[in-house]
Amino acid sequence: MAATLFEKIWIAHRIEEDAAGALILIDRILLHERTGGVALQSLAAAGRRVAAPQQVFATIDHVVDTRPGRSQRSGTALAARFMEVTRRETAAAGIQLFDVDDPRQGIVHVISPELGIVLPGLTLVCPDSHTGTQGALGALAWGIGSTEAEHALATQTLRVPRPQTMRVLIDGTLPAGVTPKDLALHLIAAHGASGGKGFAVEFAGCTVSALDMEGRMTLCNMATEFSAFAAIIAPDDKTFAYVHGRAYAPGGASWDRAVRDWIELASDPSARFDAELRIDATVVQPMVTWGTNPQQAVAIDGRVPAHWHGSQHDNPESYDRALAYMGLKPGASLLGLPIEGAFIGACTNSRLSDLRRAAAVLAGRRVAPGVRAICVPGSSTVKRQAEAEGIDKILIAAGFEWRESGCSMCFYAGGERFGARERVISSTNRNFEGRQGPEARTHLASPETVAASAIAGHIADARTLLD
Amino acid sequence: MQPFLPLTAVALPLLRDNIDTDTLIPSREITAVSKTGLAPGLFAGWRYLGGDHAKPDPAFELNQSAYRGAQVLLAGENFGCGSSREQAVWALAEYGFRVLAAPSFNPIFYRNCVRNGIVPAMLPANQIAEIARWVAADPQRNRLSVDLRARRIGTPDHRSWQFTIPDESRDFLLRGVDAIDETLKLRDRIAEFRAADQLRRPWAYEIDTAPRDAVQSDVDML
Repeated sequence: MAATLFEKIWIAHRIEEDAAGALILIDRILLHERTGGVALQSLAAAGRRVAAPQQVFATIDHVVDTRPGRSQRSGTALAARFMEVTRRETAAAGIQLFDVDDPRQGIVHVISPELGIVLPGLTLVCPDSHTGTQGALGALAWGIGSTEAEHALATQTLRVPRPQTMRVLIDGTLPAGVTPKDLALHLIAAHGASGGKGFAVEFAGCTVSALDMEGRMTLCNMATEFSAFAAIIAPDDKTFAYVHGRAYAPGGASWDRAVRDWIELASDPSARFDAELRIDATVVQPMVTWGTNPQQAVAIDGRVPAHWHGSQHDNPESYDRALAYMGLKPGASLLGLPIEGAFIGACTNSRLSDLRRAAAVLAGRRVAPGVRAICVPGSSTVKRQAEAEGIDKILIAAGFEWRESGCSMCFYAGGERFGARERVISSTNRNFEGRQGPEARTHLASPETVAASAIAGHIADARTLLD
Repeated sequence: MQPFLPLTAVALPLLRDNIDTDTLIPSREITAVSKTGLAPGLFAGWRYLGGDHAKPDPAFELNQSAYRGAQVLLAGENFGCGSSREQAVWALAEYGFRVLAAPSFNPIFYRNCVRNGIVPAMLPANQIAEIARWVAADPQRNRLSVDLRARRIGTPDHRSWQFTIPDESRDFLLRGVDAIDETLKLRDRIAEFRAADQLRRPWAYEIDTAPRDAVQSDVDML
């Protein structure tokens, strides 16, 4: 029978299933210090063992210090506690940890593809909501809580209600200067932050096929803000070329065997989805958010909706509250809004291609006075690669801070933050209240929009600089 | 986990859509590697003026005496969206909330609730608004009764609303089982499945524990 990509992976990993859900075999478990340490600690306290430690990987990314010259211990006291427990518990359980001083360290969803930990056709879980990012490689990857992580660690399985399937079919060529981030914000603005709720969302169509692997990761990353259970893209020659030769990827005869299996994963042409959305990529514009939820987004030359009716999927209270928090008036233009902060980083947009595109905007230009501009590479590997190309020099010359890798100021965990009522243009994925600091006002956008805005000192359209 | 027993309690209406887990507990409030000690951080951004625990904001419902002892939270669409941090659920539970009623929940948050003994009850937004109006008229007197077995929220004057919760979640909460213990009963079955899977997909199990030097090769991978 014809099956979707999701169904093929689901069935291959299904130990048993009834109407309530299935017991699914888990191939890879990823942990970070913020939610993984507590899971390992709790598991050990209950006297339970990690079933397959060789299939578990951990990194330190969430609360690690990203300032230049950091050490194993630098950062806040809070960070030290979380890192300490993670080091102790991973060592006790025999789990590979990519620690702060490890050249492979970085944001969990950046390093897993980079190291070949995630592979097409695998099931992968992590106690982190943006785990769906890794579906870009054709894996079924989803975020869980710490208690479910304990279950996965103890049993190498999870009990999961079967999600419905949705295909988001995207066709047409993205206009010049429009990125996968803009495409994702366009989708979320059009269909709401709960538009994909509970669905295993497959991104398909010629626009998706044309994206490079890192662009696919950005798109899948943002599916979390669409409330998808998971996002997935059929593996193709680009995927295989990306995975080949990576540290933990299969090699030799195993590689050929794997690719033969992976080719079969794509959804069958006659497979049925429970829901389908279509997006015309040719009409997508660079996007920027104006509110406190990713669905509150408009094209960069647009305006804040003049009335809550104009803000799709909003109600009067959330509309008013968002405007009050963001310090904006109904009908305000986004272009020209003065900013105090610019941030490039996070599991959404911190990979080499993101930094290259930001550097293309920043080359030979200077960040406007009064703007604090920060770039945090997604992994230590990305940082080295960018430095090998001289991207660091371009950014530093422009006035950006060039950091060590980590999640950094994607969220405020008691360390560094943007100030109260400061307006920040950010390549991250969440513009929630207080996300980048109490009362900080976050506008989500692509790395090139962040770069162009940093130069202008206000929200600006990068296309005017790249012509 | 303790089985969920019927309760009658004060309810707190907070009918905003998309209340995210950063709002439920800001990251800065998660200061210990622990599942406890989190209740003071619950709703910290809304609950305290300037984030200072010594300065409760009197305008925020949680700080009002009318809602003291609330165990039921009435909320809007997409409750618990955002970060997967289970600290949001641990903080709600520690504060005393046992039932969350909303038109919809974020899926990870929903599962975290069930795994921690909190009932995520789904009702249409108009019904939640109706319940909230009744509660707000006199919160300490107008308490709600929640019967999970019957999937019913009721008032002392015999009005009631049916809520939705999947059978699996309901049974899990009513029984108060340990999910890991349940699964470990299938240990042999899992091992058998895994052994067969390893023959089908050997590449998925060949994890090089001494991987090729990632540092030397990463620039060459470009």
